Amino acid sequence: MSVQSQAVGRSSPSNARPRRGRRWLNGESLTALFFILPSLIGFTVFYAVPAIRGLWISFTNWDLLRPAKFIGIENYIKLAQDKEFWNALYVTVYYVLLNIPLQTVLAMIIAVMMYRLTKSMLIRALIILPWLMPPVVVGLIWLWLLDPNIGIINVALKALGLPMIAFLGLPQWAMPSVAMINIWEYVGYTALLIFAGLQSIPGSVYEAASIDGASESQTFWKVTVPLLRPVLVFVIVTSVIGSFQVFDVIAITTKGGPVNATKVLNWYIYEQAFSRFNMGYATAISIVLFAILIFVSMMQMRLMRAGESDM
Amino acid sequence: MKKVSLVVTLLLILSTVLSACGGAAAPAAQAPAADAGAAAPAAPSGEVVTIEYALWDANQLPAYQACADAFMAANPNIKVNITQSGWNDYWNTIQTGMVAGTAPDVFTDHLAKYPEFAAKEQLVDIQPYVDADGVDLGVYLGQLADLWARDGKRFGLPKDWDTIAIVYNQNALDAAGVTLDELNNATWDLETGGTFQELIAKLSVDENGNNGLSPDFDPTKVKQYGLIINGAGEGYGQTEWSWLAATTGWRHIDELYATKYNYDDPRFTGTIQWYADNMKKGFIMPLEQVSSLGGSAAFNSGLGALHSNGSWMIGDFVNNATFPFGFARLPQGPEGRKSMFNGLADSIWVGTKHPAEAWQWVKYAASKECADKVGEFGVVFPAQQSGVDKALAAYAAKGVDVSAFTLQATEPDGTFLFPVTDHASEISAIMGPVMQSVMLGESEAAVALPAANEEVNALFK
Repeated sequence: MSVQSQAVGRSSPSNARPRRGRRWLNGESLTALFFILPSLIGFTVFYAVPAIRGLWISFTNWDLLRPAKFIGIENYIKLAQDKEFWNALYVTVYYVLLNIPLQTVLAMIIAVMMYRLTKSMLIRALIILPWLMPPVVVGLIWLWLLDPNIGIINVALKALGLPMIAFLGLPQWAMPSVAMINIWEYVGYTALLIFAGLQSIPGSVYEAASIDGASESQTFWKVTVPLLRPVLVFVIVTSVIGSFQVFDVIAITTKGGPVNATKVLNWYIYEQAFSRFNMGYATAISIVLFAILIFVSMMQMRLMRAGESDM
Repeated sequence: MKKVSLVVTLLLILSTVLSACGGAAAPAAQAPAADAGAAAPAAPSGEVVTIEYALWDANQLPAYQACADAFMAANPNIKVNITQSGWNDYWNTIQTGMVAGTAPDVFTDHLAKYPEFAAKEQLVDIQPYVDADGVDLGVYLGQLADLWARDGKRFGLPKDWDTIAIVYNQNALDAAGVTLDELNNATWDLETGGTFQELIAKLSVDENGNNGLSPDFDPTKVKQYGLIINGAGEGYGQTEWSWLAATTGWRHIDELYATKYNYDDPRFTGTIQWYADNMKKGFIMPLEQVSSLGGSAAFNSGLGALHSNGSWMIGDFVNNATFPFGFARLPQGPEGRKSMFNGLADSIWVGTKHPAEAWQWVKYAASKECADKVGEFGVVFPAQQSGVDKALAAYAAKGVDVSAFTLQATEPDGTFLFPVTDHASEISAIMGPVMQSVMLGESEAAVALPAANEEVNALFK
């Protein structure tokens, strides 16, 4: 949403800024403030204040149960030398690279197919069905499906004469399997967002393209993709942020294993905070994750010219 | 506008990242200042005090409910409210409850967990109560009571104990022509693997019907494994490897509360390598196949002939095994048969508002009366002999012979204690991945384990 607001903010430069002195007296602003007040309170109490508290905790040695002591940047120094942290960062980036490109391309294909081939509400509903399921349920279902001994997928592989694969039990397979589960869960939702973007492209543009004799693929690459860019930016930025924070499916299926192959940053944070009682250290890792996400998000918005529309 | 929305963006990201941590950020200085020694004033007569009690084993819930009912009948001013939740949720709930000030007054505690809680001043020292009430610690079997005492303080009264034995699939033994006698008298050593290695080879069958002794045996297409274990075992290997490693004379630590682990010992690394090698040979179910649903699920679905597990799982096999099964003795190593001896106890949280009543319940839950009641349910072995006798009778009534567990417990030098030390969770975090990598064949035990041992021992410096 934040991304959208920025996109809107930038794409309407013609709206002259009201003069500063007048701004808060403006009845419209007051009304707006009144409308956002409920969520502003929620945001402050449940997000902003805990987040700022979190920043403070990252400078302490808080172990959850005893009083915290200020230790300066000690947690951050420890972090720089912690090979488990660097492994977690590497594993997380690997996951993002496995997840985002494939998920976005698949979502794009599904969205275009929905747009061009069907208007059926039933199919749209079916496509987002996995997203409607709680992630814990999704994780459990796939844990059973992928089990090497009794899972139906390995039964099928065996029937085809292929060797059994321990999808979640082998380090080289675990992360691709987790990425696949998450793509299955979120691709429908992502497709729906892109689909909404497609619907906002005026039909007249396509008419013009066909009058000019553009082929199907030309229309897609020269008309659909550029006009869809603001929506795509939103989809990619939010799904990158989401996938940097992957947790639930890993918590259910692999618990960071085997041999740390799926110990992503969020799992490592959880483990440090709640299994190993190092809340201060865990919070410091969260702050670093936050810095990484700001950097990645800003790079994405800059590279993809998020604020501009070609429409 | 642009600046504002940028700030909002940043705040949004920050808060989504941090809200999980921030949510738990209850005031840190809230650690309750309960003075354990001082006897709290008893509740005025007529007022009913509720003691919240937590346990994780669903099988034991009816047994302890029966104890609680009897206790409440005898103490009308105390109400015991029992909450059961599964192992993982259990510890999360207890820990976050301690932070938030909502932990149960009394909870079932584990040897791998209590030293950390004690070090973080979350447990009531019950030694003063034990002294004041003259509780006889001699009634508890073996050294069970000692496991819960440290430096003159005591953090629990023993309720039960467990040992390890081998569960076997009768059909698999019959098909291979292996007798129970052979299994009960199996031997094992580091160099040759003994008759136990021969047995698990003989009991491993591939899809073509060849067993592990045949040169045509295909380890990639095994239909039935000779042995199934529960996992890599992290730093304890209670059901997985401790019962073999200990027969060489090796121990995790040299004494309770040691500040040094022995994971670099060649007897230990050799034992773990033996497991890894036999997984590769197809005689032990490879780790990657047990890691998702667990060893007992695989055994219960008939994928293995033998399975090592603890006495607390007896009921699980009774309920879930799809074939005739029984319990056999552990193999004998150079120093005899060895099982880890572990026991649970109830601890009192320092935040309790009713320490005197909480103590009454702890004392009752560890009493002969309650032990006898729990024994009658036949779900666990109580910490006192009379309770064990009741449990044996209950198991016999169900037609299960559990002597493999009890003989192990009563045999001279048949058991060694659970390695209780500080830093248990950090040790698990170090040993977990290393043990996995050795058992998956990604690293050599003799190289990886000594390196991990250095990391573990560094925690104590």
